[in-house]
Amino acid sequence: MKKWQCVVCAFIYDEAAGLPEEGIPAGTRWDDIPDDWACPDCGVAKSDFEMAEI
Amino acid sequence: MNRQPVVIIGSGLAGYTLAREFRKLDGESALTIISTDHGGFYSKPMLSNAFAQNKSVAALLNKSAAQMADELKAEIITNAYVTSIDPAKRQLTLNDLTRCYSRLVLSVGADPIRLSLQGNGADAVLSVNDLDDYGRFRAAIEGKHEIVILGAGLIGCEFASDLAGAGYSVRVINPGTQVLGSLLPPQAGTFMQRRLEAKGIRFELGTTAQKVERVGDRLRLTLANGDAIEADAVLSAAGLRPRTSLAKAAGISVQRGIVVDAFLQTNLAAIYALGDCAEANGKVQPFVMPIMHGARALAATLTGNPTAVAYPHMPVTVKTPDCPTVIVPPEPDTAGEWSITEYEEGLGALFSGPDGTLLGFVVQGAATAEKNRLTQQLGHP
Repeated sequence: MKKWQCVVCAFIYDEAAGLPEEGIPAGTRWDDIPDDWACPDCGVAKSDFEMAEI
Repeated sequence: MNRQPVVIIGSGLAGYTLAREFRKLDGESALTIISTDHGGFYSKPMLSNAFAQNKSVAALLNKSAAQMADELKAEIITNAYVTSIDPAKRQLTLNDLTRCYSRLVLSVGADPIRLSLQGNGADAVLSVNDLDDYGRFRAAIEGKHEIVILGAGLIGCEFASDLAGAGYSVRVINPGTQVLGSLLPPQAGTFMQRRLEAKGIRFELGTTAQKVERVGDRLRLTLANGDAIEADAVLSAAGLRPRTSLAKAAGISVQRGIVVDAFLQTNLAAIYALGDCAEANGKVQPFVMPIMHGARALAATLTGNPTAVAYPHMPVTVKTPDCPTVIVPPEPDTAGEWSITEYEEGLGALFSGPDGTLLGFVVQGAATAEKNRLTQQLGHP
């Protein structure tokens, strides 16, 4: 399981934790998040930029 | 296609986000970005969350200006100052040279507000508003221990939490008696303060620093309440003031920020403003999410499809790991009242209008899990 950080606002997506409140179950890999997902903190689309692997 | 380029002044998040959105819609037209610094792209919100992760300037620099120029197919002019704009001729003066634009976007950002401080150490008080500032501050506190922060607003609290997380001893001085006084109801401010205090951060509320003097390689602050505090470094986080002088000199309407309409256009044709320098509906919104929505609409407008910005509800996230906090502040002067539920691990505060409509909220600690549910419930006054 990896963590990914939004390069714009520093939001961290933790694959192990998922985002259950957004309907993304714990354990969801970054690759499996839909392309229309947007960063919950800053609104940047997933396709817009790289998440830096941390 | 326009022969003259679209020119963006400013290479911060607003300028680069707009450039990226513009290129999605128009891969051909000439695009120029002018930067007063190195022009590299970095995450500004990360500057107040980087010490605990021990991030160097190089680690924070996401892409150089050359990489951005390549990616955006744009001309990026670095270390350059625009000294004047001639709206009638659609020209600007840059390092004594005249350049033309088809459309001009001001995304020049904001300056940290400098407090008026007496004493021979006043010039040693630092602020962090860009990556170069971060590098200077990082160098100044390398190997040091005690830091004083002036201001307990969003940036002051984020730095306090970050520096404490990096092992520094932190004191925060704030003129108001509440932390995050402009964004939180008092009980939520207290909730934040208690959690930061539990991490060893000390607060001096309801007073201001008046004098800063050098004592050896340390600084001594004299407060309005008569107390004296010594520290290795002082960081000022007293808020931001939009940069408006260039616009004002060009005859562009300016209040607190550069005044724009729903299309982010100023009072002059072909000149727009976006980001921390802009004021729309009487409000300056120096946060990331309004920039994202503004950039998408403005990119459409600049490529021939005039689009008003439609802002959704935009929660503000305070990145204090010791007390995660998400805020949707009610509009100023809105009728209604807060109802607050506090428990050991979290606090939820709901601001409801007279008819019960949810018009704002604060969630802290474990209650931040409610953020999305509450955002969906928000209505309009």
